[in-house]
Amino acid sequence: MIAAVNAGIALLLLGLAIWTIAARDTFAAIVGFVAYGLLLALAWVALRGVDVALTEAAIGGGLTGVLLIRAAAKLRATEAASNAERPALPTRLAAAIMAGGVTAALALVVLRTAGPAPTLAPEVAANIGATGVANPITAVLLAFRAMDTLLEAIVLLFALIGVWSLAPDHLWGGRPGARYRADPDGILAYLARLLPPLGIIVGFYIFWIGADLPGGKFQGATILAAMWLLAMMAGLADAPPVSRRWLRAALVAGPAAFIAVGAAGVGIAGAFLGYPEGLAKALIIVIEVALLPSLVLTLGLIMAGAPERTAA
Amino acid sequence: MSTALDIFTVVSVAAGALFFLAGTVGLLRFPDVFTHIHALGKADNLGLGLVVLGLLPQVNGLLAGLKLVAIWLIVLLAGAAVSQMIARAARRAGPHA
Repeated sequence: MIAAVNAGIALLLLGLAIWTIAARDTFAAIVGFVAYGLLLALAWVALRGVDVALTEAAIGGGLTGVLLIRAAAKLRATEAASNAERPALPTRLAAAIMAGGVTAALALVVLRTAGPAPTLAPEVAANIGATGVANPITAVLLAFRAMDTLLEAIVLLFALIGVWSLAPDHLWGGRPGARYRADPDGILAYLARLLPPLGIIVGFYIFWIGADLPGGKFQGATILAAMWLLAMMAGLADAPPVSRRWLRAALVAGPAAFIAVGAAGVGIAGAFLGYPEGLAKALIIVIEVALLPSLVLTLGLIMAGAPERTAA
Repeated sequence: MSTALDIFTVVSVAAGALFFLAGTVGLLRFPDVFTHIHALGKADNLGLGLVVLGLLPQVNGLLAGLKLVAIWLIVLLAGAAVSQMIARAARRAGPHA
């Protein structure tokens, strides 16, 4: 029975992936991609990777979907022309051969791997007690492989700088995205008033529960950022100009706190990001709490887009 | 008692699944945006409602049950709001969009 459900999910994933690639209309392809992300989240649940499933649904499906829809809206003017173009047969053939080759090579490598995959799970299970957190994913992300998480948070900042640098010169430092004007008595404004209180509770809950159960700051921050974006789209809130000093300070505060804790570890525990005995849980909470606002701002502003209006 | 609850779960979840099936058929067969929304609304509201209702006897603890009901209510809210927005956009775009 379970095998049938799993096979169904796998088939649907493959079918949806092919459909998404084959769709000519950009918007339709994005809808396919978002559905693919949600389906992939189901596949992760089936594999008991609930943490990954949450991240996939929030970031792979939700946040990336918003980014792609924004990009599609900007490309709409040129879409008909680019759809009408048809590359010459040799180009299409070469692309098909190369893409097919990569897929075949990947399949070969994955299928030829003999024996069980190498795993560090037993060592995580043996040492998780030292970290004070109960969710092994959180223990890996913030204790055993904290360096990766630090770099991830910094990469997000770079992504935001990349988005901002799409602004034309005279709008640099201005407010991101277009000003949304929604009917103040309309359904969007109503939803933007009703949903955020719930969403904020859920976002903080997922953030806090991450210590013991699936959840954590990335998933929580995505939900909080989505609530912010909803309020922006309903015209109830506006994104701050990106030149604001408090904004920039808040954006770097999280990663800076993470680096500070890491640097302190050199002196106290003898290694960068080393936690002293007994303080691991407290320091992990400090890092998580410091990262959350920075992540919410970063994710929200990435979704809001490049500056398109003057700061006034 | 527990057998009766299990039967209730199976019947209710199956009825919910039937609504999802009907909603999907409607989405594929109905002619325009407004009737598509109508079909999806039935699947979301009643289908998910019946699935949640059927799962309620199976959860342990009041809190988990409340979470399930909350999920249903939030999906109702989102579904109703998004349906209105899609319908409004479709009406503005005209009958041939």
